[in-house]
This record gives sequence, structure tokens and C-alpha cells, in this order.
Amino acid sequence: MSNPIRLRDLIRQIRSAKTAAEERAVVQKECAYIRDAFRDEDNTWRCRNVAKLLYVSLLGYPAHFGQLECLKLIASARFTDKRIGYLGAMLLLDERQDIHVLITNSLKNDLNHSNQYIAGLALCALGSICSPEMSRDLGGEVEKLMKSSNPFLKKKAVLCAVRIIRKVPEQFDVFQNSIRSLLSEKNHGVLLTAIALIIEMCQQNSQALQIFRKLVPNLVRILKNLIMSGYSPEHDVSGISDPFLQVQLLRLMRILGRNDLEASETMNDILAQVSTNTENSKNVGNAILYETVLTIMDIKSESGLRVLAVNILGRFLLNNDKNIRYVALNTLLRVVHADHSAVQRHRATIVECLKDADVSIKRRAMELCFALINSNNIRTMINEMITFLATCEPEFRADCTSNMFLAMERFSPSKRWHVDQMIRVLTTAGNSVRDDIVSSLISIISSTSELHGYTAQQLYKIIRNDITQQPLVQVASWTLGEFGDLFVSGQYQHPDDNEHVQASEDEIVGVLEKILNWSICTVVTREYAINALMKLSTRFPSCSDRIQSVMTVYACNMNLELQTRAVEYTSLFTKHNPIRPSIVERMPVLVSNAASNTANEETSYEPEESPSFNGQNHSVQSTNPSEHVDDLFKMLDETPQTNGRTDSNTHSNILDLLNSGSPQVSSSSNPLEDILFGDDLSKNESMNGSNSTIPSMKVIDKNGLLIVFQFEKQDSILVIHLHATNSTSIPLKNFTFKAAVPKTFNLELLPPNSTTIPANNSGDVRQIIKISNPNKDKLRMRIKLSYSSNDFQVNDEAELNTFPEQCYT
Amino acid sequence: EKQKLIEEVHALVTVRDAKHTNFVEFRNFKIVYRRYAGLYFCICVDVNDNNLAYLEAIHNFVEVLNEFFHNVCELDLVFNFYKVYSVVDEMFLAGEIRETSQIKVLKQLTTLTSLE
Repeated sequence: MSNPIRLRDLIRQIRSAKTAAEERAVVQKECAYIRDAFRDEDNTWRCRNVAKLLYVSLLGYPAHFGQLECLKLIASARFTDKRIGYLGAMLLLDERQDIHVLITNSLKNDLNHSNQYIAGLALCALGSICSPEMSRDLGGEVEKLMKSSNPFLKKKAVLCAVRIIRKVPEQFDVFQNSIRSLLSEKNHGVLLTAIALIIEMCQQNSQALQIFRKLVPNLVRILKNLIMSGYSPEHDVSGISDPFLQVQLLRLMRILGRNDLEASETMNDILAQVSTNTENSKNVGNAILYETVLTIMDIKSESGLRVLAVNILGRFLLNNDKNIRYVALNTLLRVVHADHSAVQRHRATIVECLKDADVSIKRRAMELCFALINSNNIRTMINEMITFLATCEPEFRADCTSNMFLAMERFSPSKRWHVDQMIRVLTTAGNSVRDDIVSSLISIISSTSELHGYTAQQLYKIIRNDITQQPLVQVASWTLGEFGDLFVSGQYQHPDDNEHVQASEDEIVGVLEKILNWSICTVVTREYAINALMKLSTRFPSCSDRIQSVMTVYACNMNLELQTRAVEYTSLFTKHNPIRPSIVERMPVLVSNAASNTANEETSYEPEESPSFNGQNHSVQSTNPSEHVDDLFKMLDETPQTNGRTDSNTHSNILDLLNSGSPQVSSSSNPLEDILFGDDLSKNESMNGSNSTIPSMKVIDKNGLLIVFQFEKQDSILVIHLHATNSTSIPLKNFTFKAAVPKTFNLELLPPNSTTIPANNSGDVRQIIKISNPNKDKLRMRIKLSYSSNDFQVNDEAELNTFPEQCYT
Repeated sequence: EKQKLIEEVHALVTVRDAKHTNFVEFRNFKIVYRRYAGLYFCICVDVNDNNLAYLEAIHNFVEVLNEFFHNVCELDLVFNFYKVYSVVDEMFLAGEIRETSQIKVLKQLTTLTSLE
């Protein structure tokens, strides 16, 4: 067979191929030739053929038929052969192939070879493709090489050890002893590799941490020498001596110093020195400074050092190089939770970064901004964020809006400002807000009664021109439906700006009709609109005919939801006209605390709207459970507690519930629907005089002690059964309960069945309280309880105002 | 499978222009890359590692290549790919940086080539 073409020529041929097909043809021809050559067991040109094969595999063509050839090459005596053989092995083989185990023997021989380069080759191969079995076999050899005097071999051996430990952590013992001697080497390369090995060991094995902590003074010394010892041309990069070694040392110090006070103290000085001495004009210096900052943050350093670190990060932010800014923003995000005030100083720069062109920088700047918002800077920050929202990429918008709402909930200076800003956000970002934001906004609006008219006016101003932003339109329809009459009559706190808009009833109805008719609005929005129209039918009596005709039209609509509602509303107009006003009267304040969950059992009736109700039941329980309570029992004095619901857990839960519970999207707007009808039916019930059970009331749930009142009416006396249970593991002894009521009531407190509440809810204490209420006043009670838990006396008192209405009607 | 990886990384890195940072997230790791004329040198590291230090490592490596091939160009790398691998082996091993001194690396490489 003629001499095979040289590697260079093959490469030239392939590169000169003008089309992909031509290239493939060349490659295939050559591969066929190579396969034949391999079969012929020809030694002379084998290495050239394998080299060509490797090139071809680099281009992406399959080359597994060459693996066995590599093995043969490795076994040969010539250096070139071995080189190509090992290279082939590293490229073509990996742990998943079975063949690589066959190399083990050759490797073993080569590791012990007298020629250091051959041993080096073997180590390289071992380091790259080691498998657990191979590591076990060859670990001992590697360790022997680590002790050899040749630094060239030492370095390779150490890194091999790194890989071996990664694969087989038990090999740790084998290498442990030699480490310490390695650290006293002068050779930078060896030091570097030794530190890498130590880092790997420490990450795997906490025992190692203890052992190596003792070495911290050594490390500090090495670092000091590095910085002080002037100019060393070999390892130096742009004037800084061996930055790689410095970075590795710092990293190791970080791992050793974490959670360890003593080690951290020894490091404090050197860290301060490195931070101040390293010049930061070039990337190298910055790399070292960055590593220092990371280390300072992780170990238990003193506060002065931390401030220094944050300042360094601040300087990074001002740097023109976007890499450095990115790195700084990333780290600041981690730091901000620990060291809030220090980061505040750099707030202005961070806000500037919002305008950067790079997406990842923008995202980090945004997250950092949200972390930095507090009550002092909320106004400016929200303004900035709204400008950002207008220009940012769509994938950020959802996050941005939710975060803004969270921030506003926590820090807004006044309700009016809050509502204003939310409206602004909705106008800007509109369709990318999350679903629960609509309901939370609605509950906030309803809870601030002085703003009702004002909000109605603002929203009307916006939507009469533009109804593309769905959530905004939903909120607006709801507000107009509830408070449109306030708006029209002008009895509200006028805004300070000059744009005072007055609208007549017809105009408002017109806008709502436009929303209803416009097919681009989603079904949910149209449902909101139809509900709002219904409510306005009583509030604007002059338009009620117009509204009624709209309903009749929609009674034939293709969409099931709309049709159902329209039909029901039409029947309200015709058959049930007398009760229409009471049904659509103003909703009481929407509250969001999850207290009286038991109230939900009352509402499980409505067969007419069961498809949408199941979804509703879920979401109501987590978002507005007490809406039902409100409407059924007209409790009006619970304070709106919007804080508990605005953490992101609730958001995601609600989202999940809404998603899982509704193949019909309408669940979020059902509260209105269900409450209207819930109200109706409950009135029917009470009119029938049925003895519907009064829901029980949770009185105290604190420190494991749970007290629940259960009510029973016997003629005109209200009997309260008190149940006290204890969920801690310690029984509560000497439990006493005292109660006091206003003068118009009579209270009788019967003795309890025992004064010790057993632990872990295994039993309870019962007591009966009888209250007579001749004047039918609202029941209020003040209670005082005391108990001892493990000889520790606890006294507690509370005022109860929130008794269900049926207790005293 | 290696090819698939290469394609993915290629797609990620080539779309980024000068305005972007040199770091990109990829699966559970991050890629630090640097562009030299028509070539992208990419290193895949853990998320916890120091980005800037690896940028320096890339530059170190390219400088060594430059010295070794005497003003390296892309064709040099293509025709002598096995030599490039040996340079890589000198400087990085088992996923860590091995030798940072350019002088030492070059000395080593010259000895190796003389053996062939």
C-alpha cells in the first residue's frame, strides 16, 4: 500500500473542499483507507494515521474504530507514538467506554518509567480520563510520584490526585500525609497545585478542614512573601507577582476561615494588606481584589474589613469595564442582606446600572434595587423603577411588577401615593403583571374609604382613552362599579392637579359597555365589566333600562360565562327585582387575613354556578376568606391586614391554586358573583329562622395554646363552650380563664373540667360560659388567662370584638 | 454528544457582541470566554469561581501559544492541533490551573518537541 498522505496534506485537502458534501467525501475516503491500514497491522504509519483520525474526529466525524489503535500506540516504545496514543486516548475515550480500563496496565508501566516525560504523559492521561477503578489501582503510584524530586512530575501528580479524590473520595488518606511537605516548596507551580489539592480535599471532607486549619499561618506567610518580595519576572503578570497563586491562596483561606473565628483573626491583617496594596488599574489587580472581597465576606471578619470590602465593590461599580461591574453587582446582591447600610451608599450607581445595555447587568441591578428599597428612598426608587419598566425586556416585567408591589406594600408613605403608583405601574406594564395583583389592588382600594371617589376618577380618566391593559381595565371596572356614584356626585377629595374630570352616569355606562363589547378584551375583563354594569343599575337609576337591555343582549352570547351572568342578571331585573338593590349594594371592606376559615363551610351550596365555584373555593380560602364572613355576618371592624399575604410564597401558592383550580379563567372574578348570591341565599336561610350553626371562633393561638369558642343559643342565652388545647410537648398547669363583659350583659362562668392542659393535643380543657344579652347589643369580651409551663408562669389577656353576629341578634 | 455541546456553546457565545460581559450562564456552570480576532477561547467553570481570574488564565494561555508558534494564527492551531493539546496539558490539568509561568512552560515544550 502506498504511503499514506501526511497529516498536513489531509488537513489541506479538507479545508480546500468547497462544499460540505465534498468535505464529507474526502473524509470518508480517508477513513476507509485508515480502517484498511489498521486492519493490516502496519506499525510504521500507524501514528500518522491515528493523528489524521484525531483531526477528523475533532471535526465531528465518528472515529471510534481508532480506539484500539490508540492502545497499541501507547504500548509502543517510541515517544511520538506514545504521545499520539495518549492524546487519542484522552480525546476518544471517556469513562463510559469499557476499553479504557485496558489502558490501566500501560499506564502503570509508564508511570514508573525512568523517562520523566513519558511518566508525565501518563499522568496527563490519568488526570484527564481517570475512572474510579483506575484511581484505586493507580493511586499508590501517583502518590509515590508526588514525593519525587522532580517538580515537573510533582505538579502533574498532585493534579492527578485532585482528580482521583474527586472520583473516589476515600483515597484521601493516601494523599494526606504528603501534603504538608508540599506546602514548603519554593516552586510556584507546585504550590499552586498543592493548594488546589487542599481545596478539593476540604470541599469533600470536613475532617480535612480541621487538619488544614492549622496550616493557616503558613498560608498567610506565603501570601505575605508573594506580595512583599518584589519583582519576579517568571510568574508575573502586568506587574503583579503570580496573581494565580494569590487567588488560590485567598480561596483556600476563604474555605478554611468560614465559620472559624480563630483562623479568621489570623487572616484579617493580610487581607487588609492585600486589599490596600493591590493596584486595580488592570484586570489582574481586580481579579485579586474580587477574590479578597469574596473571602472577607465569607469568613468571620471584623466590621471594618467588611466596610472596606463593600467600598471596593463600590469602586468596581464605577469602573468602565462591564465585566467588573457585573461581578460587583453579583457580589453586592449576596452582601446586601448581611450589610444593608453599607450598600445603600452606592445606591445611585446601582440605579445607573439599570440603564446598561447588557441584559445580565440590568437584571442584577434590578434585583439589587429592590433589595435596597426602604421607607426613606421609596419614592425616588419607584420612580426610577417605573421608567425602567417602560424600557425593559418583557421577561423582566413580571418580576419587576411583583417586586414593586411588594415594596410598595411594605414601605408606601401614604395610601393615596400607593394607589397612584400602582395605577402607574399597571398603565405601563399592564399585561405582564401576575394575576393576584388585581385582587390585591382591589382589596387595597376598598380598604381605604376616603380614596374611593378619587380612585374612581383617576381610573376613569385613564380608561376612557385606552383599554388595552387588561389588569388595569379590570380594576377600573370594579372601582367604577362600586364607587361610580361617588365619582359622579363629586363628593370626594379632589386631586391637586388641574385635570379634574367630571363624568355623567351615561358616560360611565358607555365606557363599561365599550369594554364589554370590545372583543380584544379577555373574558375575565368582560366579566368584570358586566358585574360593574349590574351594580351601577341601582346606583344610577336613570341608566337602569339601558343596562337591562345590555343584559338581555348578552343573554344570547356565545361565551358561557358571560351568558350565565347575563341570564342571571336579567332574571334579577325581572323576577327578583325587589331584592336587586340589596344584592348589589356596596361591598364591605375586603379583608385578607386567613382567620375564620370555618366560615367557608357555610358557603357550600350554589348549584347554579358549581363549575366556577370549585376553583373559587380554593382561591377564596387563601386570598379572601373573610369576604364570605363579611357578607354573611356583616362584621365590619376587622382591620385590613394586608401584610401577611404579600410574601412571594403566597403569590406562588395563589398562582398554583388559580392555575390548578380553574380551567375556566373566571375564578378570580367570582368573589363578586358568589358573594352576591351567597348573600341572597343566606338571607333566605335566616329568614326561614333555621337554627344555622354559628361558626366557632378561634380566640387565642399563641405559644402552642389554642383556645376555641363554640357557640350555642338556648332561647335568649348564648352558651359558649371553651376548648383549650396545647400543642407543645409540655403540659400547661394551673390554667385559669377569666372573662369580663360590658355592663349590659350578664356573664356566668362555670368551672372548667380540669386545670391542666395535657401536651401534644392529647386532651383539652372545657369550660362553659353563659351570656345573656337582653338589649341585643354587640358582644364584646375581655379575657385574661394564666398558666404555668414548666414552672414558668405566663399571663395573657386579650380583647375580643369579633364575635359572629348571630351570637347576639 | 460532544458535538452537541460544542454547538450549544457556539450558539451561546457567538451572538454576544462587545457590549456584553464576558461571562455567560450555561447549564449549571458558567462560561468565561474571550475573543481574539476570529477565535473564541471558552473556559467552563463553576458558578462560584472567580471570573476575572479565569479571564487572566485565558490570556496567559494565549500568550504562551503566541510564543510557542511565533506569532500564532488560526492556521497554526489547525495544522498543529496535537501540539496545542500538549500546551493545554502543560498549563491545565484535571480541571485546575497547573503552571502559570510562561517561561517554564515554553522550556518544557521545547524539550518535548525535541524528543519527537
